[in-house]
Amino acid sequence: MTVNAAPPAVRTLLAAEDLRVSFVGTEVVRGISLSVAPGECVAIVGESGSGKSVTARSLLGLAGPGSVVRAGAFRIAGRDALGFGPGDWRRLRGRFAGLVLQDALVSLDPLRTVGAEIGEVLAVHDAVPRARRTERTLELLASVGVPDPAARARQYPHQLSGGLRQRVLIASAIAAEPELIIADEPTTALDVTVQAQILRLLAERKAGGTALLLISHDLAVVASIADRVLVMKDGRTVEEGPTGQVLSAPEHPYTRSLLAAVPSAASRGTRLSTAPPLVGAAARTAGESPAVGGGPRTAAELPPAGGGVRVAGEPPPVGRAVSRAWPVLAGVGLSKSYGARTVVDEVSFVLHEGETLGIVGESGSGKTTLARLALGLLEPDAGRVSLHRRPWSGVPERGRRPLRPRIQLISQNPLDSFHPRHTVGRLIAEPLSLSVSASLSASLSASASASRSLSRGERRDRVLDLLARVGLGPEVAGRHPRELSGGQRQRVAIARALGPRPDVLVCDEPVSALDVSIQAQVLDLLAEIQAEYGTAMLFISHDLGVVHHVSDRVLVMKDGQVVEEGDVEQVFTRPRHAYARALVAAVPRLPRARDVNVT
Amino acid sequence: MRIFVPATFLVLLALAVAAPGLITGVDPLAADPLRALAPPGADHWFGSDHLGRDVLSRVVYGARHSLTIGVTATVLAVTAGVLLGLAAGLSPKWLDETLARSFDVLSTLPELLLALLVIAITGPGTVNVIVAIAVAQIPNYARVIRAQTFVVRHAAYVEQAVTFGRSRLAITAGHVLPNVLGPIPVLATIGLGTAVIAASGLSFLGMGPQPPAAEWGAMLSEARNYLRVAWWEALFPGIAITLTVVCLTVVGRRLQRRFEGRTP
Amino acid sequence: MIKRLGTGLAVMWAAATASYLALLLAPGDTVDILVGEGADTPEIRAEIIAEWGLDRPEAVQYLDYLWRLLHGDLGRSYQLDRGVGEILASQAGPTAQLTLAAAAIGVTLAGVIAVATAGRGRWLRGAASAAELVSVSVPPFLIGILLLSVFSFTLGWFPVSGAAGPQALVLPALALGLPIAGVLGQVLRGGLERALEQPFAVTARARGLTERALVARHALRHALLPAVTLAGWFTGALLGGAVITEVLFGRPGLGQIAMQAVTGRDMPVVMAVVLLSAAVYVTISTLLDLSYRAIDPRIGG
Repeated sequence: MTVNAAPPAVRTLLAAEDLRVSFVGTEVVRGISLSVAPGECVAIVGESGSGKSVTARSLLGLAGPGSVVRAGAFRIAGRDALGFGPGDWRRLRGRFAGLVLQDALVSLDPLRTVGAEIGEVLAVHDAVPRARRTERTLELLASVGVPDPAARARQYPHQLSGGLRQRVLIASAIAAEPELIIADEPTTALDVTVQAQILRLLAERKAGGTALLLISHDLAVVASIADRVLVMKDGRTVEEGPTGQVLSAPEHPYTRSLLAAVPSAASRGTRLSTAPPLVGAAARTAGESPAVGGGPRTAAELPPAGGGVRVAGEPPPVGRAVSRAWPVLAGVGLSKSYGARTVVDEVSFVLHEGETLGIVGESGSGKTTLARLALGLLEPDAGRVSLHRRPWSGVPERGRRPLRPRIQLISQNPLDSFHPRHTVGRLIAEPLSLSVSASLSASLSASASASRSLSRGERRDRVLDLLARVGLGPEVAGRHPRELSGGQRQRVAIARALGPRPDVLVCDEPVSALDVSIQAQVLDLLAEIQAEYGTAMLFISHDLGVVHHVSDRVLVMKDGQVVEEGDVEQVFTRPRHAYARALVAAVPRLPRARDVNVT
Repeated sequence: MRIFVPATFLVLLALAVAAPGLITGVDPLAADPLRALAPPGADHWFGSDHLGRDVLSRVVYGARHSLTIGVTATVLAVTAGVLLGLAAGLSPKWLDETLARSFDVLSTLPELLLALLVIAITGPGTVNVIVAIAVAQIPNYARVIRAQTFVVRHAAYVEQAVTFGRSRLAITAGHVLPNVLGPIPVLATIGLGTAVIAASGLSFLGMGPQPPAAEWGAMLSEARNYLRVAWWEALFPGIAITLTVVCLTVVGRRLQRRFEGRTP
Repeated sequence: MIKRLGTGLAVMWAAATASYLALLLAPGDTVDILVGEGADTPEIRAEIIAEWGLDRPEAVQYLDYLWRLLHGDLGRSYQLDRGVGEILASQAGPTAQLTLAAAAIGVTLAGVIAVATAGRGRWLRGAASAAELVSVSVPPFLIGILLLSVFSFTLGWFPVSGAAGPQALVLPALALGLPIAGVLGQVLRGGLERALEQPFAVTARARGLTERALVARHALRHALLPAVTLAGWFTGALLGGAVITEVLFGRPGLGQIAMQAVTGRDMPVVMAVVLLSAAVYVTISTLLDLSYRAIDPRIGG
């Protein structure tokens, strides 16, 4: 096959018109038309529930048990797929089209060697004579850039790194030399540097003449490789066209909002979501001035938390005041090891009042351990943490308790952090009821401040206020988190964290599990809260775009060490350390013309 | 809907335990040698046994023996198992290890053999069978509760409660215990089925309530000598045991599914 | 491996200690218990006191007991007036036959049913799961009674009792094997169905594999893992069930011996049976643990 010189209309590998897939009466794909020509890369982009994965799988007859697939016309490899029986589909799979799923750790059989997985494709399709199978397996591994193929072929998926595993998965998909690769979120579970390598590998395949159908939630990933893009929402195509055109001059409002929702350098200081800011909610909360006077004071030297920064009743300002004078949270020379493995290695950081410190790094870089050290949930082996210039590590838990409400955690999976039997109202009320014990010890420490315990009714009002503040109605209070969507759950977690009026929010990958439009709303909410209450944030994320969007200063971590530190612009535009440079370079970017008008 | 049938049967069973006289007016011990081994018919719906006793009446009254043994043994085993499991799960590591190892050792012995070991010491009889079954089942509950305690103690929501500044005691009482103890009704329901089978097994071996008491396992033990001539004497108590255990298992699994749906 | 051996030894030691404690804790004079219902003469009493060292402190008695166990001396039954080791050895054969046959039936049946019904139509799966539910809810002896009344009394195909010839093995092995098939079948089918929903199953289907090949080459290994962890239950079901089955079918064997010992309160034999079953447990669970490691490369070591 030659490199794609002919116009795509000449021959299509696959063409479906009005494709519909339903499961027990519910239609999840509602009339998609799609065609792929040789050597072409078509991308389907959409958020979870858009039907993009089901569409991709139905093209191989793998929509799943209980599915009904219908189409106006459905031709694959020049044959009418509407009349395909199980045998027809089987002959097609692997030979005509190979499938690459996300996360090879579970997409490859964990109990078999990777060599066996690749050899299986060769055997099923009799691609090479039996005697040549091993040899061919090693060739394939080498062709996808796996070093030392002979040794690797005998290993199991869990013994390989994430990147190598994904390469093996691709090798098994191309083993029978299919004309088409269907890749469903092929880089989603990967670190950004590895993602770049895998995308390069797929691009090489495409250059070699293989057509590519790429399924992704990530517009930036698609931008670098796709010729045409199809944006899906609720089972329908909302927009379709050449990549450059769709990404730089989107016509449909949904595409526009999707593009605007991607956090990046350009989005700093702006709202990401198209939803209006929660002005009403802010006004409602403003009556009872948060943070000021309410939080427990343990010593007179503490400055009023968040005082003077809040502008209630107005949309949040673009910039925010950061006082570099007062370090609310600081760590010096922190180290933590588990056995022989040093997870955090002499890390120091300072978080000032009202500031956002982004901590970015790939998996295993020690970010989450650092968060646990900062929260006083873990004692460092060396170094110390201080909160408001008082010792926070190396003191008994009893001594930390009075200050606990000052620093709160928002984690990646809110559901795990909720007591499984409590309703939303009870969850949010829990840290509130603690102002009782906290203020008790506060009064014991001789600083009789305005703190007092909340009555039942006050607590209820406060819960409703907090819910309103994060954009949830009062009816949510009686519901169980399991009945809520991922975005709503994260809002509940934020409301709960705001309850004790903390000075510091530790956000550990708070938006990683969310779709981009929901992520945009949550990031906007956090920005509003920071502007309103002046809360400092320790913001941990693997996503450089998110960190760039939210942070004032950034720490880049690798293997437990801080390799780069500085103001966000300096780190992202002029990184000094080689690793930071590689990391920043690996981030897939949307086309420059991003001045999309969102109102 | 599917829960309705087994639940109804269990209610009927509870009635048989509480007031068997309401279901049958016949004395389960009244022997009538002249009418021995009569097949099921108008006089004896389930037939009569080798001593001419009414099998229906014996099955109904037998529920009291069989279930009393099962329920009492389960309550004892669950109580002791939960206490030991919690003690292990909440203790310092060395004590936890010691307790955990002893649970392991006890569960290496097949339940029936452990029960027989207990009976070898104490002798046969209803109370001894209860003790034997309870002792044999304690390690199961203790292990499950210990494992559950371990999971809950390290759950994210417990750590989150620490960040609110809650005391250890408050966290243990408010977060750890409710989530450890939650699954116990489910475990006990399914465990009750096992206990009923174990009780019938021991009775069958002649270790349980002594004749002429009507107990399902003991009835089967007597009936096997008359299998050739009177299948009904064995069939009906057999059905009673099986239905009881099937219903308990179905209800238990149903509860379990509901429970697991609730705790992510 | 050395660690496993250590654990095994610890279990054996603990089982010995537990049964020894049971002897001490038993109400009444230890000599009375050891004599049981055997001949009770001053000579025998003196012999017992000498053998168990009952005139010495309990700690010494205990160590002495362990020392004798280490030398393979299981003691003496005063009721049967024979060495316990000798008694067990003479009865182990029929029990081994019975349990091995039952295990084979259980495992085979469970495997066949699970493979045939996993992921199939609702009716087939419903029927299989109902059959499994009933087979685990029926007391094992009831299955035996049903088998006896149908195949021995009504049809006359198999002997009613005894252990003469392979014919006499069929019904007891079935009675013991069916409940095991029920439980194993449930676990295997659940494992298969979970495996067939995993992403790697999608990948394998996307390579063009048939469903049968997918089960054989991928899913079955995954389904075996949870089944292998049932070692303790499996051993218990076999050994405990053997007691009841042997009594019901009038087969000679260790179960009969155990029953007689319990009824006659022949403590030396009871203690030896307990030790033997712990030994069987240790052996089986070690073997299964090793096979788990062989199946799952993710478990290190």
